[in-house]
Amino acid sequence: MSAPRTATRIVLAPPGRLNVPRWRELWEAREIFYRFGVRDIVLRYRQTAIGVAWVVLQPLVTAAIFAIVFGRVAGLPTGGVPYFLFAFAGTAAWTVFSGVLTRAAPSLVANQALVSKVFFPRVVVPLSTMLSVLLDFVVSLALFVVLLAINGVNPGWAVLGLPLWTLCALALGSGLGLAASAIMVKYRDVTYILPWLVQVLMYATPVAYSLDAVPAGLSWWFEANPLTWLMECFRWAMLGTPGPPGWQVAGLLAVSAVALVGGLLVFQRREREFADLI
Amino acid sequence: MNSTADSPPDTAISTRGLAKSYRIATSGRSHDRLSEALVARVRHPFRRREFETFDALHDISFDIPWGEAVGIVGRNGAGKSTLLKILTRITAPSGGRVELGGRVGSLLEVGTGFHPELTGRENIYLNGSLLGMGRNEIRRRFDDIVRFSGVEKFLDTPVKRYSSGMYVRLAFSVAAHLETEILAIDEVLAVGDAEFQRKSLDKMRDVAKDGRAVLYVSHQMQTVTTLCTSAMFLDRGRLVHHGSVDDVMTAYRDSFEDWRARQVDADRRPGTGELRLARVDTDEVRDPADDTVVTFEVGANPEIVGKYFVSCHVVDHHGAVVAQCDSRLVSQWFDPSEPRRGELRIKNLWLKPGTYTIDAFLCQNGIFDGWRGAAAFEVLPHLPYPALVMDEGVELGAVFADFDYEAW
Repeated sequence: MSAPRTATRIVLAPPGRLNVPRWRELWEAREIFYRFGVRDIVLRYRQTAIGVAWVVLQPLVTAAIFAIVFGRVAGLPTGGVPYFLFAFAGTAAWTVFSGVLTRAAPSLVANQALVSKVFFPRVVVPLSTMLSVLLDFVVSLALFVVLLAINGVNPGWAVLGLPLWTLCALALGSGLGLAASAIMVKYRDVTYILPWLVQVLMYATPVAYSLDAVPAGLSWWFEANPLTWLMECFRWAMLGTPGPPGWQVAGLLAVSAVALVGGLLVFQRREREFADLI
Repeated sequence: MNSTADSPPDTAISTRGLAKSYRIATSGRSHDRLSEALVARVRHPFRRREFETFDALHDISFDIPWGEAVGIVGRNGAGKSTLLKILTRITAPSGGRVELGGRVGSLLEVGTGFHPELTGRENIYLNGSLLGMGRNEIRRRFDDIVRFSGVEKFLDTPVKRYSSGMYVRLAFSVAAHLETEILAIDEVLAVGDAEFQRKSLDKMRDVAKDGRAVLYVSHQMQTVTTLCTSAMFLDRGRLVHHGSVDDVMTAYRDSFEDWRARQVDADRRPGTGELRLARVDTDEVRDPADDTVVTFEVGANPEIVGKYFVSCHVVDHHGAVVAQCDSRLVSQWFDPSEPRRGELRIKNLWLKPGTYTIDAFLCQNGIFDGWRGAAAFEVLPHLPYPALVMDEGVELGAVFADFDYEAW
């Protein structure tokens, strides 16, 4: 009888102030990441009458409403792009950020049975929400390509930047989402604050309208908003509108990295008390 | 290799000075709402919140070699589950150090991580990954898992449509096929029918035979004795005894019997002492549906005028009286002029699994003798019903009832 032994021994000690994730364990938990993602996707459309059609319908309807409200009723300028396209690109991009944020935040509390009963790197729970959001985004993009072709709009080479901006949106959303989910374990107030906050952010960011529509007196405020930079980068890549200034692009990359690392640290700092508090 | 004196590298689990304390905020100082916390912080910016510390575990040190199945016993609140939670890494220790020789798989609650909307197949993969299996590992064990659970035909049905028996069997099968080096189990073997329980016990024994390590937390002495090769006894957060199963069982019983033993000495018992119980006995182990039979012997005191009555209470481990059997209710009186023997038979009281004690009283106008914990017995975790359900079907209610349903 030989005992099965792994090379490494795991040492558990009281948590310190800075709790860096164990990368090896995170890598070994990739299957959980994937299974959680699949579960979210499967569950969303199981026992629905039109199933996957919802993925297509949702962005179309949202974009149509924005096109009517902002384009027709308010008559805001877009710089020559058809309003429906403009709104569609904006909402699709925004949904990546807000989708990850709003789904990641309640994820720990929603899975509290698991958190208090089974060990696995907790960070997987909020992060796995990315998968379903990404799937929605990919479907929206496919739809968007069709819309581009119909309207004869060609974004040009700028489209190559799209994966990078998508990563930025994911990093911003999951960074904030990680922090929010960790705080929600102790303070359920986050449940009530967050949807409201996301809505405020959406109106404070040129999602369904362009920066040109912002009064000059307020524009400095909009220019300072990292989410504005994100939206401008997305529209640059998706619609071929003029790109944002270099400092905004650099700023976006920096802010995304800071958000992700910061969110991760906040999360890890609280991780080991989750089971006692949840 | 770098073997240090106090933690030999070849153990499955080593702990040194392990402690866990919970902070309990004292009255009104806990802030469950962010707004409250902020207001309190603004009002008293420099005041630290006041806490009471509750030590759930205190200075626990032990080594568990490979190939051992270790039973952890102790009364409620002794810290068994906390210890398991630390070893399975669900919660962090607040002091001391633990070294694990490999991955720890836990079988804490059957079906945790099962999602009712997902099919059996999807749940096997989801649950397997949660318990720490890689995709290939699950794929390799998939057929075994399905065969063990016996739900082949329903693999692509959402588990919400499963019978509760199937649900439990599938959930257990996934966990039972874990290939982690260390396996922690918290009282889950009590699920399923007798046949499935036997299969599960065999499975657990194989794990230890493979040279892996098994930790098993239980209130049930029987399973610990059959499954485990050594045992630990926790009492109020301290490791009182760690050794062979027999020794630990003796230590556990002794501590449980400790205060009861003192009660055997009639002089220490309350009551006037004019008349004393000499002996109270009952079968130590029984099934829920069995009759509860208590036999007793009472001494004599010719000076007492008139007859006396006997009252026996069945008390559960929380100290709640489940049944009060007063002999006056059945018009039975006893004559004190000479020694008496008697028997109490309680019919149709279906006790839930657990340990119970009998409190026996001899009374007339006052209490002659009050013997708490005069006898003890254990009710085995068998369901007295023809079919099986999940825990939520039986967990409510103080006792089981003999009932029937009819559809018209």
